[in-house]
Amino acid sequence: MALIELKHVVAGYGGAPILNGVDIAIEQSDIGVIVGPNGAGKSTTLKAIFGLISVTGGTITFAGEEVTNTLPDKLVPRGLSFVPQEKNVFTSMSVEENLEMGAFTRRDDFSGTMAWVYEMFPVLKEKRRQPAGELSGGQRQMVAMGRALMSKPRLLMLDEPSAGLSPRYVIEIFETIVRINREGVGILMVEQNARQALAFASRGFVLASGQNRFTGTGADLIADPEVAKSFLGG
Amino acid sequence: MSELIFFINQVVIAGAVLGSVYALGAIGITLIFGILRFAHFAHGDMMTMGGFIAFLLAIGAAALGIVTPVPTGFLVLPLAMVIAAGLALGIDRAFYAPLRARGAKPVTLLIASIGVTLMIQGLIRLFFGAGTYSFFETEPKEIFRIDTTALGSTRPLVISEPQLLLIVITIVAVIALHFFLTRSRLGKAMRAMADNPDLAQVSGINTALVVRVTWIIAGALACAAGTMLALDVTLKPDLAFNIVLPIFAAAIVGGLGQAYGAIAGGFLIGFAETLAVFNWTLVLRPLNNSLPDWLQLPANLALVPTEYKLTVAFVILVVTLLVRPTGIFKGAST
Repeated sequence: MALIELKHVVAGYGGAPILNGVDIAIEQSDIGVIVGPNGAGKSTTLKAIFGLISVTGGTITFAGEEVTNTLPDKLVPRGLSFVPQEKNVFTSMSVEENLEMGAFTRRDDFSGTMAWVYEMFPVLKEKRRQPAGELSGGQRQMVAMGRALMSKPRLLMLDEPSAGLSPRYVIEIFETIVRINREGVGILMVEQNARQALAFASRGFVLASGQNRFTGTGADLIADPEVAKSFLGG
Repeated sequence: MSELIFFINQVVIAGAVLGSVYALGAIGITLIFGILRFAHFAHGDMMTMGGFIAFLLAIGAAALGIVTPVPTGFLVLPLAMVIAAGLALGIDRAFYAPLRARGAKPVTLLIASIGVTLMIQGLIRLFFGAGTYSFFETEPKEIFRIDTTALGSTRPLVISEPQLLLIVITIVAVIALHFFLTRSRLGKAMRAMADNPDLAQVSGINTALVVRVTWIIAGALACAAGTMLALDVTLKPDLAFNIVLPIFAAAIVGGLGQAYGAIAGGFLIGFAETLAVFNWTLVLRPLNNSLPDWLQLPANLALVPTEYKLTVAFVILVVTLLVRPTGIFKGAST
């Protein structure tokens, strides 16, 4: 059974729907990557899963339970985490406080999870007392991912984690994502760097106009001449 | 030396008292702005309302024959703060929450809070009339006169018991707030929500709970400020409505949304107002002997006449907005 499954999801911001029947299914062992042109509804898909916009049709199931239109404060304790693309750190708060906010829904001792996050991002441990707003773009992305991992999610959703980062950091962030996945966290991410991201994706979804155009393993999609021609720039 | 003691009585103590009232009020305004993004105009009336709650409780305590060494109004303050916090929650639930649920703009909430102002003042006048009341009708107001002859002064240092208690309460409240905001899970969540409400929601922070905690703190501190102000002067239906503008100025000067800024802004405006209306001739009089006859100090050497005291807050506000629009502590600029 899939960890998360979207069936014909229709969603939007109140006007005409942006998503017109999206189907996505991934396992906890998967790295799922959603690619597609601008306005295809990639980010909207993640927001619909996380209850940030209202779903008007279709169903979303997470770990066997229906979670359509469930708000984040109920989803986070169930094991779902989301890293938005922009404004994804609390700039006036220290790195450590940012991580603590990720663990807000947990009432148990989360020092072990924090040690795990610091082990994953050693630079954050050095800067744990610094306000997150003073960090570089790449380090902020690490804080944002660390914050999302503090709730011990089963599925981590990332909205364009490589946006605006230098090539060095893009590789580092992608390597970390693969590592997080190996430690047992399912990944569902939206990426602009489509070819690079599909290269390590176990599941790839090509969206266009709010609908699935191609679905397959990352390698399959890269090898498909039609996908390559239309969506990966030849 | 007498002049120095006079200066301390008239400026240092009076400024600290006024600054404490402004700071306690401004903390509430700045927290509400940080979390709910609207200017809570009815905050002054929440202070007045708190004063009247304490007044009723004090009458009740006196009827029960409770006699203590501290003023009864101070004794009942903790209970009054609890009731005021409950009323603040009720006001939010009844008037502001339904508007927020419909996605009302901040200006709509501001206008709603003006409505709440009129309502609270109307209710107080309905039950208590428009007159003034004193907490000290049945018990004496203790005034400490500290003899300073040892320092070569003919004047004593004068501070009343309510003034001393007000300053102590403010210090305790500020320290408690500091530990709440920096150490506790909910306090940090409050800062997170003020910093980035969308991310706070995404992190799974219970934003409705944070809103409730904000009203509890703002309501309780408003009650403390109103009660202490009423203990220092007298209780009347427009007690704190008259000072809501300098309190807003304090919150803006400190940086909207910044709790420490509100404290700094409150004391800055409190001291500035006191200094501005202070008659410097009274302190500089000894100089008259050494000044030539044609250059004598005028009878009144205050920067502004007492009746224009309120304008001081606005001058500071305008200067701050021109020089540093986000306030001393870099708050929100809207």
